[in-house]
Amino acid sequence: MTAVAGGPAQAQAQARAVGMQGVNPVAKLIASLLLAAVLVLSIDWVSAAVALACESVLFVFAGVRPRTFVLRTAPIWLAAPAAGVTTLLYGQAAGQVYWSFGLIHVTDGSISLAVATALRILAIGLPAVVLFITVDPTDLADGLGQVLRLPARFVLGGLAGLRLVGLFLDDWRALELARRARGVADGSGLRRFAGQAFALLVLSLRRGSKLATAMEARGFGAPGERTWARPSVFGAREWALVCVGLLVALLATAVSVATGNWNFVLG
Amino acid sequence: MHASPITATASRVGARRSIRWRVVDIVIASVIGVASGLVFVVWNQAYNPISALLSPVMPGLQALLGGGWLFAGVLGGLIIRKPGAALYTELLAAVVSTLVGNEWAALTLVSGLVQGLGAEIVFALFLYRSFNLGVALLAGAVAGFALAINDLILWYPGSAVAFVSIYTVSSILSGLVLAGLLSWLAVRGLARTGALSRFAAGRETSSRV
Amino acid sequence: MPLPTPSPALRPSAVDARGWGWRYAGRHAWAVSDLDLHITPGERILLLGASGAGKSTFLQGLAGVQGGEEEGEETGTLLVDGVDPGTTRGRAGLVLQDPDSQVILARVGDDVAFGCENLGVPRDLIWPRVRHALAMVGLDVPLAHPTAALSGGQKQRLALAGVLAMQPGLLLLDEPTANLDPDGVREVRASVARVLDETGATFVVIEHRVDVWKDLVDRVVVLGPAGVIASGRPDVVLGEQRAFLAAEGIWVPGAPVTAPARATDAAGPVLVSTDRLTIGRSAAAPVRTDVDVAVAAGEVLAITGPNGAGKSTLALTLGGLLKPVAGRVQAAPALADGAHAAPSRWTSAQLVARIGTVFQDPEHQFLTGTVRDELAVGPRVLGVPPAEATRRIDALLERLRLDRLAAANPFTLSGGEKRRLSVATVLASRPRVLLLDEPTFGQDFRTWQEIVALLRELADDGTGVVAVSHDEAFVRALSDREYALAGITVADGAQR
Repeated sequence: MTAVAGGPAQAQAQARAVGMQGVNPVAKLIASLLLAAVLVLSIDWVSAAVALACESVLFVFAGVRPRTFVLRTAPIWLAAPAAGVTTLLYGQAAGQVYWSFGLIHVTDGSISLAVATALRILAIGLPAVVLFITVDPTDLADGLGQVLRLPARFVLGGLAGLRLVGLFLDDWRALELARRARGVADGSGLRRFAGQAFALLVLSLRRGSKLATAMEARGFGAPGERTWARPSVFGAREWALVCVGLLVALLATAVSVATGNWNFVLG
Repeated sequence: MHASPITATASRVGARRSIRWRVVDIVIASVIGVASGLVFVVWNQAYNPISALLSPVMPGLQALLGGGWLFAGVLGGLIIRKPGAALYTELLAAVVSTLVGNEWAALTLVSGLVQGLGAEIVFALFLYRSFNLGVALLAGAVAGFALAINDLILWYPGSAVAFVSIYTVSSILSGLVLAGLLSWLAVRGLARTGALSRFAAGRETSSRV
Repeated sequence: MPLPTPSPALRPSAVDARGWGWRYAGRHAWAVSDLDLHITPGERILLLGASGAGKSTFLQGLAGVQGGEEEGEETGTLLVDGVDPGTTRGRAGLVLQDPDSQVILARVGDDVAFGCENLGVPRDLIWPRVRHALAMVGLDVPLAHPTAALSGGQKQRLALAGVLAMQPGLLLLDEPTANLDPDGVREVRASVARVLDETGATFVVIEHRVDVWKDLVDRVVVLGPAGVIASGRPDVVLGEQRAFLAAEGIWVPGAPVTAPARATDAAGPVLVSTDRLTIGRSAAAPVRTDVDVAVAAGEVLAITGPNGAGKSTLALTLGGLLKPVAGRVQAAPALADGAHAAPSRWTSAQLVARIGTVFQDPEHQFLTGTVRDELAVGPRVLGVPPAEATRRIDALLERLRLDRLAAANPFTLSGGEKRRLSVATVLASRPRVLLLDEPTFGQDFRTWQEIVALLRELADDGTGVVAVSHDEAFVRALSDREYALAGITVADGAQR
């Protein structure tokens, strides 16, 4: 038995990881939600562009490798133009009409809306992905329980369910091989996918029930106060991140209002 | 043969319900939420190409795919049968979808909240006592309506009336079928496998002793 | 109430059961009835009985995880240290059978600390307890080690450590070694012995492999449908109840294992052969190179080796389910019967007629909602006429004692029944080569003997049988030839 009380917890508190790794996930969550909440209030290209510019500068300090960045943000890069095109064709018509066919109206108004929509998706989506690349689920659960004081039973039950995800992949591969061995793997992909997905759900539910018993056997869900082995700190760095997020959002909005482009979404 | 008296009737204990969530309720709701979240991720990928095909036909028709994001809440509500179940599973599925990364980012959480509330309201209306096919379909439809409201405000705010109405109707229809009917059938199938033996939903359909 | 110091001297618990019974909600029959049992503090008990006799239910009752009124009804009294176990947590620690379903968090240290957190132990006391518990079970990994990277034996020891960190007076183990390979079994047994010596806790274990625990316990209790059948010193009870226990599938030490004799001596023609085969799960990660193995008709080939040696990978590659990384697997023309020479190039329908594979986890293979439909899948894929298919199905149902369960859902079967069903489904399509991955894993004595007899019969009929197994008794009793995969040598020269 060591003479030093505490262990990884204390060592962790004394030497928190530098950069994004060490910031409390709750702070990341709040920052990205604030940013999204403010940006979504308006649909104009100025606020989105200003926010995107600020974020691009900040991404450099995020400590994310370029390859990881491209891979994880790929869906957003694909989806932004797609949504833009949809708005281009079907957005509210205003101003000069460039092309019209059936319900499609490409107009001045729809063009500006399309650009705004695409930029907005990028401005809201990219920082969220970057922030969450470095989040560890257990740390997030610790943060939700200790900082935000959400009910521990739900936070940890959710974490346990999330952890079972890792086992899904192995089961899925085994299910695929088993179907080939049983003779039913040639043919319609959708039906087979649905059948496999159902089998995976059954296996997961059974494993989940056993996990629930195991958790109860360790005293989970018992009445009484629960302690936390790993401290979740919300200090200067976390407040700094939240402020940065808020500032970027406010700056974008201010510029947009100043140039007269701000367009309230519900107006 | 037992020495103690055997009662011929099955134990009726299941009838005594409490609204407090057991640990198994939380874990199973989480499993359903996470599994649904993964389906959401796959559905996200499929959405863009398919909607690109559907929207030229009739703008707003891409909402027919919306049900694919609504079934988590209905499924959770039908299995757990306690207040907050639909909301929790839908929200957790949205969290998973967000963590993996999609174009709607943190606002997926808002969608999850709104859609989960939609289904939750229906179950609450029936006082969490009735969970038959009708309730499931209604929950799916209302969740679809909630999806329409959420999307039209957040993502398509400048849309024409035609788009809005087609989008809303498609969402409700999609919710009814993909979320309501499919979830109800899934629960019946799951109950038969014995995976839900610790839940009332599992005990209803099983006939074995 | 947290103890002031993590001292190994904890208070062992006493158990007092009088006429205790439990019935699950919605069921007719009582899972346990009329149980009278007294356990003194520090006593060590091995609990035996027929499957379905309520042993697990009793242990869950002792741990207080039964579920209360919403899930069943209780009669009689069950007291641990004089109180109802459902009202206190942390006095009893329960370790279950499935290693994967007991891992709660992603890092080793966090998982062990979980129990302490739930009991409200102050933070500075938690981590010393965690380290002490890990040392007691002999799990020598860093605290930040990912739990997903642990072997089965290590996961069970992790669960044990998690329970020990709570410092329970009553240690309950429900078939802890059933899903483990021989190395894992040895590890867990050594850990438990050390723990009991150090803490002196009261100990109750359920297991059908008696020899593992016989020397560690003071008393053996045999449970039947109407209460305790026998209770006393291990040699006495095992001697008296030998016939009953063997009939119920318990592995009674000293009971002879009958090895069925071979009908014919000569092996038939080679059906599957390999040519400079390299195997692996993916092209980037080959597991073994230059594998040279042949499967002959009428012969049982056993593939053995330690964990991680690539046994399952080899079986799946031979069965045409995994592509060879390099080299070839060749099916003899007699087997290929018009199809391509390499099984991995066959379609699924061609495969099912020629090579049958039984997976390690039977649940992965279930496709339909009833046992009968499961058996019908193979014949339907092959286009067998309905009358003939029905005949085959009925014959198999009877041969494998599944006729009572023909309408039951496959997932609701017991472990042994699921194993028999998975073997039956493969036999329904009459393949000439049969591959089995750990067929006797976790099986009781009775099912074990049936599987051995069935495989011997199939081999004598001309089927080529390949069995991957770490069960030494199985290999001894059945195999005609053995292909042993040596351990893989890692960089520092240590054999794995």
